[in-house]
Amino acid sequence: MKGLHGLRQRHRKEQITSNSMRVLMWAAVALFMTIFLLLVAKSSLLFSRHSILEVLFSSTWDPERGAFGLSSVILGTFAVTVLSMAMAIPVSLFSAIYLSEYAPWRVRSIFSTFINVLAGIPSVVFGIAALLVLVPFVSESLGPWLGVETTGMCVFTAGLILAIMVFPITISLSLESLRMLPIELREASLSMGMTQWETIKHVLLKAAAPGLISAMLLGFGRAFGETMAVAMVIGGKNQLTGLFSAGQTMPSLIVNSFGEMMSIPIEQAALIFVALLLLIIVTGFNILARIIKNRLKERWKI
Amino acid sequence: MNRRYLTEKIYKALMLGCLAIVIGSLFMVIGITFWHGGTVLLEKPDIVITPPGPRYLLGGEGGFLHATLGSIYMVLPATICAAIMAMGIALYLQSDYSSERIAESIRTVLDALWGTPSIVYGIFVFTILVYIHQRASLFAGIIALTLLELPIITRYTDEAIQMVPRQLKESTYSMGSTRWETAKVVARYALPGATAGVLIGLGRGIGDAASVIFTSGAGSTMPSGLFSTATALPVMIFQQANSCYPSVREQAYAAACVLILVVFTLNVTSRLVTRYLSRYVPRGR
Repeated sequence: MKGLHGLRQRHRKEQITSNSMRVLMWAAVALFMTIFLLLVAKSSLLFSRHSILEVLFSSTWDPERGAFGLSSVILGTFAVTVLSMAMAIPVSLFSAIYLSEYAPWRVRSIFSTFINVLAGIPSVVFGIAALLVLVPFVSESLGPWLGVETTGMCVFTAGLILAIMVFPITISLSLESLRMLPIELREASLSMGMTQWETIKHVLLKAAAPGLISAMLLGFGRAFGETMAVAMVIGGKNQLTGLFSAGQTMPSLIVNSFGEMMSIPIEQAALIFVALLLLIIVTGFNILARIIKNRLKERWKI
Repeated sequence: MNRRYLTEKIYKALMLGCLAIVIGSLFMVIGITFWHGGTVLLEKPDIVITPPGPRYLLGGEGGFLHATLGSIYMVLPATICAAIMAMGIALYLQSDYSSERIAESIRTVLDALWGTPSIVYGIFVFTILVYIHQRASLFAGIIALTLLELPIITRYTDEAIQMVPRQLKESTYSMGSTRWETAKVVARYALPGATAGVLIGLGRGIGDAASVIFTSGAGSTMPSGLFSTATALPVMIFQQANSCYPSVREQAYAAACVLILVVFTLNVTSRLVTRYLSRYVPRGR
């Protein structure tokens, strides 16, 4: 009798736990949907008065006069991100190749630990370092050297600090996909008399290309949505006039308009729309990166 | 022949140069924070636990206890909530409960959520607050941080659980255990990896400003209850780093130094805890 009771109890426990875990899991999926739908719903107020084309392609953002053009902010975001990736991609690719192909095992493991620690550093800390070092550097050394007048709070500085911020993610992911390649690839190529660099260039880079591309896309997504460090150094001007003048990115626009956001409903709707755009673009990049990476995994059956 | 060797040498030098740039710039970030924040902290270590004075943001007296406490009050509950939910979701993603196809698509969703910029979470919770006519509060901050940490911790726990050998599960099932009883054994085996995930989530939560600034408020008052405003260390750093009062700026540097120290400590703790918990796992990890 007791045994039967115990069995029932175990069965009930099993049902309760599996049901609650199922609910939890679907709640996580629903969360993503809710974020999306709520942002859509709450930004619709903006489109009752402005057309979507006007918002996306006009360049004046002046909430007080009722102008909500996002094109210069969107361009600013892409300018900062592309600039940072242009600096980060070659540097992190070469570093990852060195660590993967040349560095001894011990150096690689020490460096991986170092990179993992750095990946956890909060973005405001990067912002502080940018304010203390990069802003004076750009305004006092680089600006005069290039012959431009700049305060240092500019698009270029933001790109510079973003490049440093994405190093950990791009390097560790590229390293991972290079290490994933079978050793036979290297052996075959080296035995044909190729030098190590030729092996890398003609064999390994091609074989690991999907993984490397996905690493860079993830870095791009990270840089695109990065808020605090950029908002601290970009200067906050809603127009894109040049690399060495102040600008604005989509996340920094949201943060910098925080105070006004409470009072004007239509500006609130416009900023929610910016967040929605951000979500769509970054998620697009992340999903693309994942699809490309899966191709690498399939190719080498890992 | 010579030219090929020369190319090899040039590229190797180029790679070393790139590596030097990476290491140098990252050390620059840490070094400059320690240099500026560390000197302030060594001089006045008590600012971490001193409440702000009345004219604090104008260069007046006081420290940033409000932000320190706000961070702790927000991050700890958020991490605990997220960790419990993450364990449930990660267990449910295993083949005992879900089909492979559903699990894969949910992993994709979780990865997308992981990559979502934290400011989107901030705006999301802020929008809900506006919708239900509530003001920014500590509670809303906790929710935003939970949302931010949940996908991270879930993915780490999921990866750890996937490492559990099939034989372990099979042997528990062969003893007649239910799925839940097996899950408990599996969870214990995955504990080191899951704990590392929780600590990484904690580190991410404690360093994030964008999700908190809209949801928990950004004043310089001490947190006084679950439904009153509070502020966190990163938000305080963000607001004060550009202040025109040197003493206010210095406090931001000190807070940044505290944040870095917390992140490093979490990293070391994660290693130690992982090693300690690995005693449940045969042959270490």
